Amino acid sequence: MMNEQQIPEIPAEKFRFIQQDEKIHDERIRTKPIGYFKDAWLRFVRNKSAVVAFVLIILLVLFAIIVPFISRYDVSFRSGYYKTMQPKNKWFAGTGFWDGGKQENLNSDSFEAIRAIGTETGRKVIMKENRVYTDSKGIEYHDARVDSYYRVGFAYINLTPDEYTRLKDYQNTRNIQVIYPLAKTYNVDYLQGNGGANYWYKLKNEASTSTGAPELDGEGKPIPNYLTAAEKNRAGYDSLRVAWDNGGADGSEWLVYAQKNQSGYRVRVDYYEYFRYLYGQEPCFLFGTNGYGQDMLTCLAAGARLSFLLAISVSLINFFIGGIYGAIEGYYGGAVDMVMERISDVLYDVPFMVVCTLFQLHLANSVGVLPSLLFAYVLTGWVGMAARVRMQFYRFKGHEYVLAARTLGASDRRLIFKHIYPNSLGTIITGSVLAIPGVIFTESTLSYLRIINLETSSLTSIGTLLAGGQGYLSTYPHIIFFPALFISILEISFNLFGNGLRDAFNPSLRGAED
Amino acid sequence: MGKYITKRILLMFLTMFIIMTMSFVLIKLLPLPAVREMGRDVNLILAKREKMGYNKPILVQYYLFLKNIVTDWDWGVGEQMYEGLNVWNVMMQKLPYTVLVNLYSILIAIPLGLGFGIYAALKKNKWQDHLISTLVMVFISVPSYVYAFLIQYFLCFKLGWFPLQLESLGKAGSLFSWRMFSSMLPAILSLGFSSVAGLTRYTRAELSEVLTGDYMLLARTKGLTKAQAISRHALRNAMVVILPMIIGEFIGILGGSLIIENIFGIPGVGNLYITSINVRDYNFFMAMSMFYTFIGLASGIVNDISYGLIDPRIRMGSRK
Repeated sequence: MMNEQQIPEIPAEKFRFIQQDEKIHDERIRTKPIGYFKDAWLRFVRNKSAVVAFVLIILLVLFAIIVPFISRYDVSFRSGYYKTMQPKNKWFAGTGFWDGGKQENLNSDSFEAIRAIGTETGRKVIMKENRVYTDSKGIEYHDARVDSYYRVGFAYINLTPDEYTRLKDYQNTRNIQVIYPLAKTYNVDYLQGNGGANYWYKLKNEASTSTGAPELDGEGKPIPNYLTAAEKNRAGYDSLRVAWDNGGADGSEWLVYAQKNQSGYRVRVDYYEYFRYLYGQEPCFLFGTNGYGQDMLTCLAAGARLSFLLAISVSLINFFIGGIYGAIEGYYGGAVDMVMERISDVLYDVPFMVVCTLFQLHLANSVGVLPSLLFAYVLTGWVGMAARVRMQFYRFKGHEYVLAARTLGASDRRLIFKHIYPNSLGTIITGSVLAIPGVIFTESTLSYLRIINLETSSLTSIGTLLAGGQGYLSTYPHIIFFPALFISILEISFNLFGNGLRDAFNPSLRGAED
Repeated sequence: MGKYITKRILLMFLTMFIIMTMSFVLIKLLPLPAVREMGRDVNLILAKREKMGYNKPILVQYYLFLKNIVTDWDWGVGEQMYEGLNVWNVMMQKLPYTVLVNLYSILIAIPLGLGFGIYAALKKNKWQDHLISTLVMVFISVPSYVYAFLIQYFLCFKLGWFPLQLESLGKAGSLFSWRMFSSMLPAILSLGFSSVAGLTRYTRAELSEVLTGDYMLLARTKGLTKAQAISRHALRNAMVVILPMIIGEFIGILGGSLIIENIFGIPGVGNLYITSINVRDYNFFMAMSMFYTFIGLASGIVNDISYGLIDPRIRMGSRK
């Protein structure tokens, strides 16, 4: 009542029609339409763990693609000397971590023997000596960090005359000592052969029970025990000589640097420098090497590459076979569905191990190990996918929009692929992604158990690497650590990513997160 | 229900028959491995081969193979391993190891998994739940052999709590001795991690769904305490789904884990299977493949049937 009085009188001529001569339109929708995939994307990016997992997957894939290209070694590289090397990164030198060192507990004899390897070349084989103690039996022990690369020390190698000349030229031009004088041989068993190359000094005890410990002079240094000759040019050696070699100044004896044999020359080389001479770089393996002397970094990347390739191809093939099979089952239903379901039921129940083994036995020799593994995966792998697609088809085929399309005369094929299939795409994609970790896990298990043998000169797999590291688990755990870490990260990321995808493609979760 | 069970079991045998036929034919198409010279065993194996009709057509061989199984439960003798010994008997000797290790691991996993799952469901969306869910994600994803390596390195090697490999029966005394159990523990633990994680995830999902049900609200309104409502109503309803899963797993213990048995040197059926594949002993391979197929099928059936038995509202086999 009061309001009526407050409203001022408005004269009639002030009012006018807005749309006197125009058509009345609806307000245009200003917001952008959000499609199925856009909606899924919006939900996906809100799931932080899935995004992180996705980034991790991309990094792992990049690792698998790039590393074999930039790595200086390949899978077929096998160093006979640098086996079971510790991981080494040059930037971590001196930190006591990732520097190629290994913590060891040595009795004083082996400790001295190891230290003597470095004395000749001037390298610090013992990186750090932590503790010296004597046990109840009166034996002295050293807790020390030993450089696994320097410890390799020396090797006897046979060179052809050409190689010998080239190596000497290398020495002369770079002024790097590679060839060292030959040592006198001992009769102690384990000092003979190639391992004997490190015993260039007088032994403390030359009996057969000798531990290889050096006899030390007054300054605590080993006393050299080189092979000597009366004439200077006996082996035709005219290159760098070691400091101990006074060039026959005392008149009678010359150190022998090479022995002539049937194929050429037998020389004793500092293997660290010889490696540098052969490969143009110092031995330094980021992830260490395994029991065969393979570079773990390269092998891991190659194995990852194989795993990814296998998993993605399996997933893609299953995507097509399962998609089409499930679509036919679900769309036509009835007797077709019955028969096809029974077939896939039987296939589903065959243990994968049986399929895989039979395929390996039958096909591995004719088409290769990898294709037969792929066949085995494809034979039964699509069943789950088909079941998923079938469910989706049952869900959608009764919807009104399908009926409308059918009324308009759409063919079966058009209904399946244009109208129903896109609606089930989310489930199918999720299924495909979640299948990848499964394939990788199975592959690694099978190759670990040696049921499939993926190890050739240029091929390796995660499971093969794990199997190779198993024997060194207690002594060199790093060999098994990197493949195990890799596959763990891979499985976690794929599962997180797959779960994220599943939630993203589930429209009923729209707005469910708070 | 009875009709449904009968139908499922008949279907199972049909499936097994198809798989057996396919495997048999595929194996017979492979070249026959030579019998290694092992004294009198060679003659035994050759005689057995003659009896099994190895130089007759494959169909006849299959008939003899089936006949031997049906009449004598005779799966043949080992040819490349356990030469001359009955395949079935060898398998039965190996089975206790596999069953024991897996049984222990499930028995440990069930209370832990249920406990963590219930706890996480009750603390839903609090930090305890997030912590448990994250750990579950990690433990489900990481392959069981990675735990096996970690356990073998840290517990067995570094700390020296357990032997690296399973103790032999002679050393440990008996299968059920404490010493045997402790040497089985690394394998039990490695298997347990993923079981616990799987059960936790399942329990949490089920229980947290049940907890939002209207009857839970009713239970609280009629005066039950929270603990009463959860134990009498929520847990019981959640169990309808959880229990069949656990029962199905009990059938699965017969199969065991191939890789864990391999790592810890457990002389179980899994190891036998791997060896039979590696040395190409087809009699063993055939028998054990059927064994594994049977376990897979049986655990599926038991799982389905137990749904119906636990919850009478679920009528299996009825059309929707």
